[in-house]
Amino acid sequence: MNTSKISYKKPLLETPFHERTSEHCYANDWYRWAGYKVAKEYSSTELEYTSMRNTAGVIDITPMHKYDIKGEDAKKFINKLITKDITNIQSNQVAYGIWCNEDGMVIDDGTIFCFNENHFRIFCAERNLNWFSDTATGFNASVEDISPSIAALAFQGPLSCKILNLLKVENIENLKPFHFNNYNLENHNVTISRTGFSGDLGYEIWCDPSQAIDVWDSLFKFNRDYKVLAAGMNALEMVRIEAGFIQPNVDFMSAEQALRPNRMRNPYELGLGWLVNLDKEYFTGKQALIRHKEKGPEKKLVGLDIEGDKPAVGSVLYDNSKKNQAKEIGIVTAAMWSPVLKSNIAIGFVSKEHYKLGSNVYAEIYHPEELDYRKIWAECKVVKKQFFNNPRRNETPAFT
Amino acid sequence: MNKTKYDVAIIGGGHNGLTTACYLAKAGLKVIVVERHEYVGGAAVSRELHPGWTYSNCSYVCSLLRPEIFRDLELSKHGLQIIPYEGSASMLNDGRFYAHYQDHDLTYRSIAQFSKKDAEAYDRFGKDVMRQCKIIKPLLKMTPPDPTSFKPKDIMGLFEFAKYFAAKDELGGLGEKEIYDTIRFWTMSVRDYLEEYFESDIVKVHLAGSAIIGTALGPYSPGSAYVLLHHYMGEVDGTVGAWGYSRGGMGSITKAMASSLKSNNGEIKAGSPVSQILIKNNKSYGLVLENGDEIYADKIVSNLDVKRTFLKVVEEKELPSDFYKAVKNFKIRGSSGKLNIALDDLPIWKSIPVGDPAGTGDLHITQNIEEMEGAYDDWKDGKWSQFPYVDMCIPSINDPTMAPQGKHYMSVFIQYVPYNLANGGWTEEKRLEFGKHVMNRIGNYSTNFNDIINHAEIRTPKEIESEVGLTEGNIFQGELTMDQLMFNRPVPGYAQYKTPIKNLYMCGSSTHPGGGVMGAPGANAAREILKDLKMKISTHYI
Repeated sequence: MNTSKISYKKPLLETPFHERTSEHCYANDWYRWAGYKVAKEYSSTELEYTSMRNTAGVIDITPMHKYDIKGEDAKKFINKLITKDITNIQSNQVAYGIWCNEDGMVIDDGTIFCFNENHFRIFCAERNLNWFSDTATGFNASVEDISPSIAALAFQGPLSCKILNLLKVENIENLKPFHFNNYNLENHNVTISRTGFSGDLGYEIWCDPSQAIDVWDSLFKFNRDYKVLAAGMNALEMVRIEAGFIQPNVDFMSAEQALRPNRMRNPYELGLGWLVNLDKEYFTGKQALIRHKEKGPEKKLVGLDIEGDKPAVGSVLYDNSKKNQAKEIGIVTAAMWSPVLKSNIAIGFVSKEHYKLGSNVYAEIYHPEELDYRKIWAECKVVKKQFFNNPRRNETPAFT
Repeated sequence: MNKTKYDVAIIGGGHNGLTTACYLAKAGLKVIVVERHEYVGGAAVSRELHPGWTYSNCSYVCSLLRPEIFRDLELSKHGLQIIPYEGSASMLNDGRFYAHYQDHDLTYRSIAQFSKKDAEAYDRFGKDVMRQCKIIKPLLKMTPPDPTSFKPKDIMGLFEFAKYFAAKDELGGLGEKEIYDTIRFWTMSVRDYLEEYFESDIVKVHLAGSAIIGTALGPYSPGSAYVLLHHYMGEVDGTVGAWGYSRGGMGSITKAMASSLKSNNGEIKAGSPVSQILIKNNKSYGLVLENGDEIYADKIVSNLDVKRTFLKVVEEKELPSDFYKAVKNFKIRGSSGKLNIALDDLPIWKSIPVGDPAGTGDLHITQNIEEMEGAYDDWKDGKWSQFPYVDMCIPSINDPTMAPQGKHYMSVFIQYVPYNLANGGWTEEKRLEFGKHVMNRIGNYSTNFNDIINHAEIRTPKEIESEVGLTEGNIFQGELTMDQLMFNRPVPGYAQYKTPIKNLYMCGSSTHPGGGVMGAPGANAAREILKDLKMKISTHYI
């Protein structure tokens, strides 16, 4: 991040794609992300969302935090930091992991790119420089915030591979999910990973900021035949809910940021127990996580399939079909009408007695209707969070 | 029997005395406030000491004033408005400046210029301090329970106190860690506290300022971290820790309170210094004014600090000797000075560009914690600091009522200035030299400051004492250290606004929860008096 020249007149940074994003952002509707200005909506959230489900959408994800971990203890450091075991990770492989504090409460999640034994890179949503640096104490491993030095685009959707193919990105169809490599994209050397938030086939493209505009333009090169759209944060929010990805400080409070200690959540409560390996040697939070696992979560973040078509945004969840006998048992953290599933879906916390798959709970939905609220008592079925998971996502060679 | 004229007489028309008076008058009591000066306000005053300029010549910014009191006393209706201000900055000797803004992202970038880690740590620091503020906030309104008493109300009170540490709703259930943190925060030095978060000198010293303002502690002194908290627990419209200007100067607060009091038929007798509290059989029953007049009242409330109350207007023979001794030993040391400057133009800073909001809030020039501690060392030697910490602001940028058009008013709070100056004490010459020293220091950071000074009021602890009546000129009516806080404030056993003299109460900042233009001591005292009278009022605060 260029912090040398700051002015109160420009509190927000612009990404290397700003020349293009501002051009496409007819709605002039911006969102703050890690001190950057990114588009909330370019022109139509619905169409931007549809591009990611029908052709491909381009999202500026430059504001993601990027930390380089280098040194002979790089892998050991990461194994202390995160809850899963990456001992067997190979070069060019990507691991998804979470990290907890000493109390076993989740701080953040992220993707960990392995360049080689001595060089990893962590991408995450929140700032973690202090946490990583503190954790690195005692290891021969350096932590460097390299966020401003890399421009990044998510290129997500069923035609993403096809378009990269048309752009003559050689052998891209054979890149396996959760892997990355260096490719030539229109004469630019870029890194492409098969990762993303959409629950469908998709890539993330990482390049030098000086290449940003060319890389952006290339993705729109075949727009006449295959309509690619720039997609904003609203559309990203839709696809990530459908894919069941959770977000710190939206679906749960990061343990580093929660003011109220009882708002912190452990991985089992978030349904991320599968990311915890308690057989691993000591890592941060291990002792507490053993206790959390034994005790079992008091509440759990689950998927909800809700009757009707009114999104249960901010709804409180209850245990009874009769409102006057109902007890509060949870809360919705994210909700939407899913256009692709034609379903009313949500992610929310549900207490112990009700979080089993197939349980019925009830949401009180306040649906605004012409300056009045319609209060709907809607039945919800507890389901897996991963509402949308197209087989294309995991097929190699990828769909062209 | 004396013919009782008043239900309650309050000595001193500072913001706390007026707050007590307002609540009692609201409850229907016949109340009189007796004030030494021709004007009310104590240390919250606006004075035109130079034609055309209004000085907030003692306290100068507002954050701590409890919003419930503002609301109960209808201070808006009576003319009070608080203007939030943006930003604060420290000017560096190398020509750069360090600033905090309202915009969180901008503040991050501003801090990141000095340290990326500190920019990130600022959020953690903010969260931890906010958590402590949330713990302390409900305690402000409480009468401290007596931990040695077995009276049901004290046992209940201790239970209430303890409850906030385990509060499930407001605080989300504090764990062991948070309780450890609280105890550490209340006892450690601000330097040690900040060291746990930050690496950059300027970040640390900028934040440490709040911990030394008004105290006779240095940044390395244990207990100074609490003072920082004391300055952070206020709010402007729900923004905890934010500060604002009182439109028309700090006197607008007490003017509004006086007007509110009058609207409830309370009386104010200005220009009437009290020479003695009348006591018979260990019961107070009235006041004697310096002119010999007497005023009778069932209850007497002193807004004076505890030393002035019991060493000046109550006769020693009326007091238990251990109480008298405790009052004598109460720590209330003068450490602060104040300049009020009429400026012919807006100062131009060498580092902060004109128009940058960083220049419209509080400004500082101390470069690091060591320099700040050095300033404290000078004070211990009986000298004013060679490199003083200054908290300066230009209210007239935001408040159009303070200075003539195109001209400005600058308030400069100075730490540290001794009450007893070494080598012969304060003289008129020394006072002027002190003022000049501070202005020269500020002038180093500006291109025009020295040329635009039209008038300056220079106040050492001596002037603050003699004009405002605060012992040694201590702005908090007594040090804010753990040995003098909560059930120990002002004196163990007398933290519930009562005194060894029956019917004599205290309501000033010497009582819990302490100094600052907060009003909580005054409102708490009113609640205790009403309780003793078995009266009830229903307000937001009480």
